[in-house]
Amino acid sequence: MVASGTFGWGKEYSEYMDLNKLGAIVTKSITLKPREGNPPPRIVETPSGMLNSIGLQNEGLEHFLKEDLPFLAKFDTPTIVNIAGETVEEYAELAKRLSKETMVKAIEVNISCPNVKQGGMAFGVDPGLTKQVISAVRNATKQPIIAKLTPNVTDITVIGRAAVEAGADALSAINTIVGMALDLETGKSRLGRETGGLSGPAIRPIAVRMVYELARAVKVPVIGIGGIMTGNDAVEFLLAGARAVQVGTANFVDTAAPLRILAELHDYVHRHPRTLNLS
Amino acid sequence: MPIQEKCRVLVHQPIGPRFYQLTLLSRDIATQAQPGQFVEVKCADGYVPLLRRPISLHRIDPQNETFTLLYEVVGQGTELLAKAAVGAELDILGPLGTGFKIDPAKKTHLLVGGGMGVAPLMALAEEVKIQKSKACLPDRQVKSLDLFILIGARNKECVQCEGELKAVADQVIVSTDDGSYGQKGFVSDQLLDIINNRLSVVSCQSSVIYACGPRPMLKAVAQIAAQKQIDCQLSLEERMACGIGACKGCAVLTTSGYKMVCKDGPVFNASDLVFS
Repeated sequence: MVASGTFGWGKEYSEYMDLNKLGAIVTKSITLKPREGNPPPRIVETPSGMLNSIGLQNEGLEHFLKEDLPFLAKFDTPTIVNIAGETVEEYAELAKRLSKETMVKAIEVNISCPNVKQGGMAFGVDPGLTKQVISAVRNATKQPIIAKLTPNVTDITVIGRAAVEAGADALSAINTIVGMALDLETGKSRLGRETGGLSGPAIRPIAVRMVYELARAVKVPVIGIGGIMTGNDAVEFLLAGARAVQVGTANFVDTAAPLRILAELHDYVHRHPRTLNLS
Repeated sequence: MPIQEKCRVLVHQPIGPRFYQLTLLSRDIATQAQPGQFVEVKCADGYVPLLRRPISLHRIDPQNETFTLLYEVVGQGTELLAKAAVGAELDILGPLGTGFKIDPAKKTHLLVGGGMGVAPLMALAEEVKIQKSKACLPDRQVKSLDLFILIGARNKECVQCEGELKAVADQVIVSTDDGSYGQKGFVSDQLLDIINNRLSVVSCQSSVIYACGPRPMLKAVAQIAAQKQIDCQLSLEERMACGIGACKGCAVLTTSGYKMVCKDGPVFNASDLVFS
């Protein structure tokens, strides 16, 4: 799958690859109302990674349903819609509206965005609030729910269990790690909004560890995310217990990344038919 | 449609302190590219640096299926790029973005470049000349005075492309911040000087300014254009990740909210931009 926020709404990458070949497309986060996003600069490159502070810029649910979903509907690839809200009610409303769309095969609940003032990660660092959001989404839809978790917690299994107890059908981990980079001339942040979310190969060992912990703590499938650049990186997540993986930052570096990684993964499975024990 | 492909390095040479000229082979990019567009260059294999570098197209040569970039070594990415050998292949994504809109009906074209902002002006000047000659009657020559090019640099050593640009338009005015070459002062001051002394009010209406350079320079140019009521297009720079409008990383504030430099730009109408 391609990870939320790194693949736009599919259209942006359709000129570069056959979207039908992807396992699933996870959309950039959709909010109830349009969001203009954070002040620039929004991107800073760091060693083997990048910080972003986009702030969930998107045109809102109505625009998505009218303009973006019909485009994705043209492909065989399942669409997973990522939703973000400032309140529990907003998440529930988004899920309710999307539950009427047969094209939407699953909902990924973003309770882990570190770049917004209200909502986002605030829900995902608290097991009680995690439960509230996931329960509300559960009550609003019959579609499969994936809770996307933040690594910015002491013990990710506490949040993972809370999400599963509230009705999540799967967990995806990890979202970005809160980070900061300073300008040595001004002494100020190199991002418009002080902190940002770190992604890319730099975070992979942390992500692998967290997926490993989650896979042993819950019975639902765990989707591994975090700096996957090659098929071998994907294998590492699968060995750690992930049942699927999402490719994120690699999309920014190489438009061919998801399909290349898929081919490399096939090649690995062919060479090591028993190592992954896929059933 | 833009593509991602390995392009062979045909020419790669230093043209000044830390400045390089890089010519690459690609039929798809050379035949599709428009002045003001850019490419995203993977400067080296591996993850450091991780992201591509957006570099504007300096020359576009569809006949020879080549395009040329002009860049300054400013950090890790461009330092590694400078090591690319002739004959090697570089991973390029492009051509990207929305370039300059050339209106051949305009009489006077004022091209303004500050620092590395001079890079896209060459491709632009060549295209302006082609379009103007197409628009003119066959027996009429394009008057060189119709194409003014103003370039500004920190000092004499940093002045780029003066000779190249003079071949397209013989009115090339150079200024340096320290006065070590050409006029002393900012390129925006030269622009105002030309407008005040060489253009009438009528010719302001039939003129257009295209500018590329540091943000404070663009702000000054935009103010002059607004004051003199001259159409003005500005090419912006911003930190980028994807380069194709997916990540929403390269935002710039406009009168209708944030727009993406990589997709909506890099060239914007000056009157649409909100400068801080």
